[in-house]
Amino acid sequence: MHSAGLATAGTPRQRKWPSKRRIPVSHLGMSDPHQLFDDTSSAQSRGYGAQREPSGLGYPTASASPQGAFLNDPVSNMAMAYGSSLAAQGKELVDKNIDRFIPVTKLKYYFAVDTLYVGKKLGLLFFPYLHQDWEVQYQQDTPVAPRFDINAPDLYIPAMAFITYILVAGLALGTQERFSPDLLGLQASSALAWLTLEVLAILLSLYLVTANTDLTTIDLVAFLGYKYVGMIGGVLMGLLFGKIGYYLVLGWCCVSIFVFMIRTLRLKILAEAAAEGVPVRGARNQLRMYLTMAVAAAQPLLMYWLTFHLVR
Amino acid sequence: MAFTLYSLLQAALLCVNAIAVLHEERFLKNIGWGTDQGIGGFGEEPGIKSQLMNLIRSVRTVMRVPLIVINSVAIVLLLLFG
Repeated sequence: MHSAGLATAGTPRQRKWPSKRRIPVSHLGMSDPHQLFDDTSSAQSRGYGAQREPSGLGYPTASASPQGAFLNDPVSNMAMAYGSSLAAQGKELVDKNIDRFIPVTKLKYYFAVDTLYVGKKLGLLFFPYLHQDWEVQYQQDTPVAPRFDINAPDLYIPAMAFITYILVAGLALGTQERFSPDLLGLQASSALAWLTLEVLAILLSLYLVTANTDLTTIDLVAFLGYKYVGMIGGVLMGLLFGKIGYYLVLGWCCVSIFVFMIRTLRLKILAEAAAEGVPVRGARNQLRMYLTMAVAAAQPLLMYWLTFHLVR
Repeated sequence: MAFTLYSLLQAALLCVNAIAVLHEERFLKNIGWGTDQGIGGFGEEPGIKSQLMNLIRSVRTVMRVPLIVINSVAIVLLLLFG
């Protein structure tokens, strides 16, 4: 993929109008440390930065002449320079502050997926029974990006599944002549509210049980978002084959999600108890096991609750 | 299925209000959930009851002033928009 991209950009070397005028400066620095994404833009710009400079300098003067004396005026040149520096400052400020509220770099980890990962993960969600090793691999104290390890949680599948669920709900309501556009918004906010409630309930119970896990909130949102995949499958089968198909596929997906959640959460919640040197007391581990079972059992219940009214 | 985000916010506000009105002397001490009754040893992990007591105490301490603001806003909004 790299060589093909470089080859196509290699031929028009001397053209006056480069295809990628704006090179995002931050990407040049970010390609080295964590390598979440294959950054083809930075590879091209590194190779063609030298050639791009003369053609880049040629560009403003080329655009200046059609617009006449407007841009040759030194005052407006200064204004343009000032405006661009102001924009750069504003961008810096926004970048600095937005990282305080939304951890953007952490979010990028969850979207570092590729097609192979998505395919394998969807297969795992529907059939988790043969998978042996559920541990997330680590690379120097940080978990490996999802594209390299199938056990790592990601936010791409839950986000896409959520949106698809809303669309499929609209489709199902439409086939039953019950559709109106505000119902879509109602479905969306209802599903989102249930998700928020689930996350809060699980965080509260993790706090009460004093489980020292490395399960972050975003991890939890990712795991809880995997059930939308089963819900979509169930509703689509219900649309095609009626109630029998709906119940069959939903039952299968419920059991699969149950097994998936137990195997994934057991490593996160219960592994700490075994990893510490503390002699494992039965009551504490039992409580954590109950919590894992409760979280996993809530998934099929919610899957049924959020879809049964869509299939008549 | 009108379970919207707004009703979740209202429910959360009501729950936090409920925790905030638990009176320390008249109620919590009488059922053994006072703040000075919860300190176990420094040994192992706390246990659910002391975690709950800590949670109640911290919610009451932290949310006392913000709850005044949020409740006033909610009252005004409910009066205006029903």
